[in-house]
Order: sequence, then C-alpha cells, then structure tokens
Amino acid sequence: MKYAFSFLAVIALVLIAWLGSQIPGMPYLFGVALPYLALMIFLGGFVYRVVHWAKTPVPFSIQTTCGQGKSLDFIKHSKLEAPNTTAEVVARMFLEIVCFRSLFRNTKSEIHDGPHITYESSKWLWVFSLIFHYSFLVVVIRHLRLFLDPVPACIGWIEYLDGLFQVGAPTWYMTDIGLLAGVALLFGRRLITRHVRFISLVNDYFPLVLIFTIALTGILMRYFLRTDIDIVNVKQLTVGLATFSPVIGAEIGSIFYIHIFLVCILLAYFPFSKLMHSGGVFMSPTRNMKNNTRAVRHINPWNPRILPHSYAGYEDDFREYMVEAGLPVEKELPPKKDEE
Amino acid sequence: MYNKGTIIPGLAIFVLIVTSPLWLNAFMTGSTVPKVELPPGGETKCIASATVMRSSHMQILNEWRDDVLRDANRIAVTVDGKEYRKGLQMACMECHTNKEKFCDACHEYVSVKPYCWDCHLSPTLAATKKETL
Repeated sequence: MKYAFSFLAVIALVLIAWLGSQIPGMPYLFGVALPYLALMIFLGGFVYRVVHWAKTPVPFSIQTTCGQGKSLDFIKHSKLEAPNTTAEVVARMFLEIVCFRSLFRNTKSEIHDGPHITYESSKWLWVFSLIFHYSFLVVVIRHLRLFLDPVPACIGWIEYLDGLFQVGAPTWYMTDIGLLAGVALLFGRRLITRHVRFISLVNDYFPLVLIFTIALTGILMRYFLRTDIDIVNVKQLTVGLATFSPVIGAEIGSIFYIHIFLVCILLAYFPFSKLMHSGGVFMSPTRNMKNNTRAVRHINPWNPRILPHSYAGYEDDFREYMVEAGLPVEKELPPKKDEE
Repeated sequence: MYNKGTIIPGLAIFVLIVTSPLWLNAFMTGSTVPKVELPPGGETKCIASATVMRSSHMQILNEWRDDVLRDANRIAVTVDGKEYRKGLQMACMECHTNKEKFCDACHEYVSVKPYCWDCHLSPTLAATKKETL
C-alpha cells in the first residue's frame, strides 16, 4: 500500500501537468511561475532547515569511531576512523560524502538454526547509491547546457564522455540508464529485503518514484515523444528563466511541462523530506566532530553557570545550623554580645 | 546558532552553486536565438513539415544512416512525387547548402555536437575536394 500510494501520487501529478498545460495560458504557469516558486521554496527551505539544525546544541561529543583513537605514541592511531584534528575530520567527511564509506560498512544479519545469528557484509546499498547519486549528479550538470548561454566547454566534455558510445541520435547517455537503474535498484531493495520493507514509509518510496518518473519523462522527451520538442524553443525558455526574461516562443510538447512540473515538485518537496540528507550529512555530529575527548573537554552549551563553592564558603553559609546540630566546624561562631 | 564560522560560508557556497546559472549568465554575453531561414534555392518542401523536421531530423538521419550503411538499403524516399536520396549530403545539403546557417547555428546555441561531420563534408568542403580529384 505504501508504495502504491507513491505511484498514485506521482500519476496524479503527471495528469495535473499534462492536462493543465493544454489549457491556453497555463504553459506560463508550468513553465515560468512554478519553476521560480519551486526554486525559492527549495533555497529558502534548505537554508531554514540547516539553520534550524545549527541552532540545536550538541551536549556531548558523540562522534562515531570505528578505529583506534589517538593515544600513546606506540599505539597506531586510525586517522580516518577516529579523527583527532580538523584536517582528519575533513578527510573523513570528504570520503563519506564522495565515497559513502558508511554505506560500505552495511551488514546483513541472519538467524540460522541453533539459533545463532550471523553478520555478513552487504554492499548492495553502497553500489546502488553510488550508481544513483553519480548518475544524478552528471544528469544535473548536463542540464546546465540549457541554462547557460554560451555553454562552457567543460559541460560539452561531460556530455561527450556521457554519450561516448554514440548509440542512436540524439545520443544515448550512460547516466540516463544509470539513473533509472539506480532508482529501480534502490526501490527493489526496499521491497525485497524484508526488514527494510518493514521500516519503509511512504516518504521513502515517494522520492524514488518521483525521481524515477522525472528521469523517465526526460528520456521519453529526448528519445521518443519528440512531437513539438524543438530544443531551440526549450532553451529559449530555460535561458530566459535564468536571465529573468522567460519567453515561450512556440508551442512545446506536454511531456516537457510534465517533466518540468515534476522537477518543481521535487525541488519544493526537497527541504521537507529525507532528501535533506544532502545538507544533513555535513551537519551530523557523529561525523563532523573530532575524537579528541581525552585531550579537549567538550562543554555542554546549555550548562548553567555554576561558580565554584569552597568548603569555607559552605561553612560560612550554614555555620549556625552546624553548631546547633553539634557538627564540628573549622571556624567557631563569633562570640555573641547580647548573651550576658 | 552554533558553528557560525563554518555553517554560514557553507550555506553561502551552496546558494551560489544552486543559483550559478543566474549570475554566470549575467557575466556572459548571451547569443541571440538563431533565426530560421528558407534555403537559398527557394525550395519550400521537405520530406516532412518544418515542425517535424525541427524536432525529429536527427532521428530520421539516424534511420537513414542505419538503412544505408548497415542494411544496404539505398531506396530513395518519395514524398509528394519528389524523390529524395537517403543521405545528408545527397538530400539535406542539396537545398540547405549553407552548413553554418542550416546546421551550426542551432547546434551551437543548444550545445549539440553531432558526429555527422566526422565522415560527411559540408558542401563548400566537398566542392574543394572535387577539384583536387
């Protein structure tokens, strides 16, 4: 049911864009107004979420370590697993963000007869994530050719390498297949692995279905449903968007509006979803803190200010009662004047 | 807010990257949208309508390439009684003689680099080759 709902939601969005863009005048809503709105929600929401996280204090030094921390000189320090300096933290974060090292450590646990439990390395999540994220990155960079005028040479090089096999015309891109396959594999993993399916929610399936449909509509537009997809018209609109002077020169096929509408939905949904892990990975204290608790004291930011209170001061406060209760005191009560 | 020193520059870099097309375009002088012109010979008919040709010419050319080079099918296409031989130089460039205007203007605008010209010659280049033979 949870994944069926995601499909229904995306189908509804496709229908909205498909039928909506047929109404005269509506192409400007789907092609101009919504992209600007979505980009503003994306940027504003992203900054809001990161600032919100940044306002959350970290009471403890809670880095996760998977290796020997810095200790005595003759004990080998595992610099990437228990970083002790800022440079080591940066190196660890870099590898985490670029190579997904923590996914590489993913394990699969199984219960066998006995009963006894076994743990086994499971690299599928890591492989699928690499395929998906890098394909998506290249696809996004390639799209800059539609937003930049003139197009920088480096984007041409990426396009050339991506279409190196020169299959068909327009040339098939490797990352088109990589993106579709990556999303499909990640989706399949959620369905097939029982315990992952158990913990999967609508907000796990929905982004996958949405991104799959975005990639699918893009591929359909480029290779199959080319009616009224004149790339010069499309670029006139997209460069217009990037220079704040959007023009829809001629009729553009509905598949284009479906594609752009789904991208707008993705952008607007992004800051309020699990997709914020793109910003969150930089903000996670288990990764970005140093493993130096034996050298540097971590102070909880919400600790109240407690001044030192010596025993002499304590006795000053309570001397009268202590003497009354017969407790020994270091300094006797001052002699009382009015007793005699 | 904690760690302002790293988070604020980080967010600024993120916003700059996301909005990079806006300010890159502001600093670059953009080209004008290419204008379509009729071929110099004055022909007004092609194998399909202008909109279809504009959106799908690359697929037609790709099919022709496969027909001719892989299946040895050189049977000419007849549209409205006019015969078109399958080929970029033999059909398209016969009327649209100016490669710079007909092909390159739009391709450069949208950064498409078709590999047609790895093998084919533009009409002007073809003329020079003929002389040397």
